[in-house]
Amino acid sequence: MQQTRRSIVGFVLGLGLALAPAAMAAGGGALQASSTSLSDRGSLQNGAKLFFNYCSGCHSLKLMRYSRIAEDLGLTEDQVMQNLNFTGAKFGEQIPRTMNPDDGKAWFGNAAPDLSLVARAKAGGPDWIYTYLKTFYLDPSRPIGWNNTTFPNASMPNPLWELQGIQTAVFKTGPEGEPVFDRFELHQPGSMSPAEFDVVARDIANFLRYAAEPAALQRHAVGVWVILFLSLFTFLAWLLKQEYWKDVH
Amino acid sequence: MMANFLTRAGTGLQDWFNERAPSFGPFYRKHMSEYYAPKNFNIWYIFGVLSMVVLINQIVTGIFLTMHFKPSAAEAFNSVEYIMRDVEWGWLIRYMHSTGASAFFIVVYIHMFRGVMYGSYKRPRELVWVLGMLIYLVLMAEAFLGYVLPWGQMSFWGAKVIISLFGAIPYVGGALTEWIMGDYLPSDATLNRFFALHVIALPLVLLLLVVLHIFALHEVGSNNPDGVEIKKGPKGNRWSQAAPADGIPFHPYFTVKDTFYTGFFLLICAFILFFEPTVGGWFLEHDNFIEANRLVTPEHIKPVWYYTPFYAMLRVIPDKLFGVLTMFGAIIILFFLPWLDRGKVKSWRYRGTGFRVALFVLGICFVWLGKIGAGPGTDPVETIVGRFLTALYFGFFAFVWAYTYFGWEKTKPVPERVTTHD
Repeated sequence: MQQTRRSIVGFVLGLGLALAPAAMAAGGGALQASSTSLSDRGSLQNGAKLFFNYCSGCHSLKLMRYSRIAEDLGLTEDQVMQNLNFTGAKFGEQIPRTMNPDDGKAWFGNAAPDLSLVARAKAGGPDWIYTYLKTFYLDPSRPIGWNNTTFPNASMPNPLWELQGIQTAVFKTGPEGEPVFDRFELHQPGSMSPAEFDVVARDIANFLRYAAEPAALQRHAVGVWVILFLSLFTFLAWLLKQEYWKDVH
Repeated sequence: MMANFLTRAGTGLQDWFNERAPSFGPFYRKHMSEYYAPKNFNIWYIFGVLSMVVLINQIVTGIFLTMHFKPSAAEAFNSVEYIMRDVEWGWLIRYMHSTGASAFFIVVYIHMFRGVMYGSYKRPRELVWVLGMLIYLVLMAEAFLGYVLPWGQMSFWGAKVIISLFGAIPYVGGALTEWIMGDYLPSDATLNRFFALHVIALPLVLLLLVVLHIFALHEVGSNNPDGVEIKKGPKGNRWSQAAPADGIPFHPYFTVKDTFYTGFFLLICAFILFFEPTVGGWFLEHDNFIEANRLVTPEHIKPVWYYTPFYAMLRVIPDKLFGVLTMFGAIIILFFLPWLDRGKVKSWRYRGTGFRVALFVLGICFVWLGKIGAGPGTDPVETIVGRFLTALYFGFFAFVWAYTYFGWEKTKPVPERVTTHD
């Protein structure tokens, strides 16, 4: 029995050792917590509305279908086609962008990327999107006049400036004379308070998190039942094992 | 009445087979009901069975994935997302396959570590160890090929880096890399042939090796946590006069025990699969959610976690050819462990302190190197640490050889019979 206990302790220690680097790597950079939740349907619906009004002009969601959004977010076909579809695409089709990619290149230097998977492609996922949307600032040295501390020298202007207002960045001097970002200052107020704008950024991040993996909604729901089933199965298998092993001495 | 009928039907069926294939019965008895395994197996002994469970999972889910996957550079990436979004339960099948790949390496690494802990590679089980190492080698190739298929950024750039390692071979290197890829870069031709190798060639080799691994094991019998040869001990147990006294039939005793542990293992896998399938970028990497683009190099190119200990060795060594040799050498040297370690005592329970410490250090080196290999590789201090750990890794083998060859090891007395069981 003592040997058994020792071998289990050794095993758990070994497992901890193996998982330690994973835990260490989990600490991120300066991203802000977005506290998105896929179970918050209101937030997802608001995020969809904001995405289609402020983002879909330039960015496509080519892996996502309008019909899937309707199904997953509890919207009717009419609601989606009248409020979210500005491209003339059919209900069952995937979501294109309205901007011509050549125009994008001419205007911003880059065709705007597809955003279907952006929430999975960036380390930090929705937190990255949330932070990115909040860290645009005026920068006259950039060709489009905007810059972003989360994604320096991005070729994207702030699409939400009317809501957030216009910020400028204040830099201090680092140990080797290099500029280090210190804080933002509100240059011109927008139509929303900072708290209201946080909700906008959160809901867009939440919607893009959903769009990157619509199956996550099913995943959690199915997962609970699978875990319950396996717990019961494992318990019964343990009883069976105890029964058989009674006569091993 | 009903039971009577079932018994008669069962006996009838058995007779029917015995008449036509008389070797089936003895085959089943040899490997299941009359395979006597030591009764003192502990939790470290479940990982062989678990790797079988994962292997079967990979094959079954793999078959379903091939029904929807398109092995072409133009379509592969989107076809994986098509599986994730539009195929009914496609996301489940894909996550079972991707989680299974990492789970495979976790159980195989623990299985190998257990082999070293309890001296399972020692005489008469050298062949079992060598076949197992071949399985590991093929598994690494199989996982590499599979990782290229989703055709994300890390698929492409990972493939480019790994294939370019063959370019370090003098004279033929350059031609060899082109021959492997069928192009000057990983391309449609590369993806298509990797698909063929991943779904047909290597799985066949893997299955054959697994069968040989188990047959070789069943010839000599399983080792155990005490490292006692039960076949050399007293004979006679409840089932047979000729069988080892410390052995119990694999079926039903270990089949029920393994069923329990398999349930427990699946429970852990299900937690990952349903609630955190990417494991924060460790099982499915962020950059692989961006389609392969030969014009844009990702910031950090790194392989999946199960290669990173070896990748770290490659990266901390400045000379490319020497780095490649070191990396492959780190795997090849494991093949020779049964002959490097000359100690007669198998289990670390009764081995000298030197061995126990060395094995502990080896484990730390492996995990730490894995962490370095998964990082950005820009820290010069880390490079120095990495070289030191690489030296320690190889040092383990040198130490174990010297320790046992010159008789420095002070072992404890090994018991005559196996000790307790759970």
